[in-house]
Amino acid sequence: MKQKPNASTAFSNVSRRTVLAGAAATTAVAVTGFPAVIAADRSLKVGAYGGYFKDSFDKHIFPEFTKASGIKVESIAEPTGEVWVVQLEQSAKAGQAPADVSMIGRTTMLVGQSTKIWAPLDLAKMPNSSNIIERFIHTYPDGKVDGIGAVAWYITLCTNTDTYKEAPTSWKFLWDEKNKDSLGLLALVSNSYLLEITAKTWFNSDILENEEGIVQALDKLAEVKSNVKLWYRDEGQFQAALEVGEIPAGQYYHDVAGLAAADGKPVRSTFPKEGGVNDSGCWAVSRASKKLDEAHVFIDFMCQPSMHALMSRKVGTAPMVEQSKTDLTDEEFASVSSAIDPVVPNYAMQNQRKDWLAQKWTELITAG
Amino acid sequence: MSTRSTAPGYALAFFPTLALGILFLVPFGIMATISVAHRISGGFYEPGFTLASYWRFVSPFFGNILFNSLLLSALAAVLAVAIAFPFTYLLTRQPRRLQVPILVGLLAVLSLSEVIVGFSWSTLLSRSAGISNLFVAIGLMEKAQSWTPGLYAVIAGLTYVSLPYATMVLYPALSRLDPELPEAARTLGASPLRAFFEVIVPVCRKAIVACLIMAFVYSLGSYLLPSLLGRPQHWTITVHITDQAIYQSNLPFASAMAVFLLITALALVGFTQRFLGERA
Repeated sequence: MKQKPNASTAFSNVSRRTVLAGAAATTAVAVTGFPAVIAADRSLKVGAYGGYFKDSFDKHIFPEFTKASGIKVESIAEPTGEVWVVQLEQSAKAGQAPADVSMIGRTTMLVGQSTKIWAPLDLAKMPNSSNIIERFIHTYPDGKVDGIGAVAWYITLCTNTDTYKEAPTSWKFLWDEKNKDSLGLLALVSNSYLLEITAKTWFNSDILENEEGIVQALDKLAEVKSNVKLWYRDEGQFQAALEVGEIPAGQYYHDVAGLAAADGKPVRSTFPKEGGVNDSGCWAVSRASKKLDEAHVFIDFMCQPSMHALMSRKVGTAPMVEQSKTDLTDEEFASVSSAIDPVVPNYAMQNQRKDWLAQKWTELITAG
Repeated sequence: MSTRSTAPGYALAFFPTLALGILFLVPFGIMATISVAHRISGGFYEPGFTLASYWRFVSPFFGNILFNSLLLSALAAVLAVAIAFPFTYLLTRQPRRLQVPILVGLLAVLSLSEVIVGFSWSTLLSRSAGISNLFVAIGLMEKAQSWTPGLYAVIAGLTYVSLPYATMVLYPALSRLDPELPEAARTLGASPLRAFFEVIVPVCRKAIVACLIMAFVYSLGSYLLPSLLGRPQHWTITVHITDQAIYQSNLPFASAMAVFLLITALALVGFTQRFLGERA
């Protein structure tokens, strides 16, 4: 999961002068055909994963939007996982929206659908949305759009370069007896996607379609337990241990590992031959938001290939548009993504068998 | 408070009752209501009445987790009091100008969040930067070792955060202790150690029991330390409650576990107070 939230709410640092100048200069509002309101009065609360993600968005991404549209962005540090949907839902019952637009993971989108927390979105008002690769447009079962791809990230095999001179090539590395008590893995079935990794590495991804197959994958996964030193919830804890070689290998986020490596830390991120885990988040709007128009302008703006390229360069996320639509060089694209067919999280399994899976998972990893 | 039922007496009792009601009973009521709500897997919950979440908890698996959590907290509490009692006793024998800075230093520990304490302990017990390197340097050990995550790391962390509280509870009782008591024991021929265990400890029995209970309850509520310093088999019930509430959005089950935890803790505290406290 991305960093834990801190309670503070940061306001993007935009002076009134810039807003007015931006409003005068902007064409975005006119292009998308929204009623021109006095721009200085327009603002939008946008939730982004607290910590590194939000900081990067505050610094590099949101100011671009404000410059182009004149709409101020008040960024909200949102926690990952379902706790944010719980908060959005509770607030919506009271007619409040702690954030108008939020960045929401795929599994969490489905949880929110059960109470119809997501406001339906109108693609016609967002011409740029046609840039987004189709599988990243999220819909209600009846076909109404409720989320538009925001960012994608990868979970890969990360190793300490001092301990492991050679980069591992396969997820089978996790099962290698030589790695006894030296791995860090994510602690939950819903964020580690280890069942999906196990299925693709040892069987095939289809076995997760039924309970027998899932149990088979769980049994296989039980074999890695003696290699695992830390089952982590807090990514900072694992990153620190990985950098000093205390826990020299494990699964981790490709983007953050890349930043650590760029900082000179002895860390490398490898896409195994079975693929990195490709997870993604959508932009979604709370049904309690009174700023649906502004939200459409924001999401439309964020769908531009140039914005996805900017996010790849500044935040390290993978674009949700084809590389050919962006000006990303092959080298830049390779640093945030991979041509290897990814391990795709089985969102249907995660959602439909949620409680059962969580119980089986906890029993598996807590058994001494 | 006055024992006569005068009007100001009622007024004085009114405020604590109100505070207790607002701060404890109302949240507890909400939690109890949610714990019997109907869980929708893959969604949230619907209001209703079902004991399904409670039944799910009544299993050898969760029973084991509850039992281990209680044991871990009890162990940390006993250790904290075992360290805090002689420490506080010796502290109260020091001149006042020495006591104050030591107490302030100890209380300053309370300003550290559990996150900082957890991370510090995990560094302190690590192979790469931990105290085992010190032992290697002075020739006590052959090779630096990693002691975290593990059971001892969790106990060390929990004991550490309980220690300032334990000292605070013991300090008033020990500083009021009549200095003539140990002196009398010494005059009658008891060694200092015997005087400590046979005179001072029994006299302070009530304070010790109160202190044990507080350290126990405090450790029982800790979530971050077991999750940062422990392996999955040391994750306490609070870690599982958090997983259910935050990562599974299964609030009915999280609430049911919390109700179980609260009832068990209250029962244990009542039991301890009755049997250990009254004999004092």
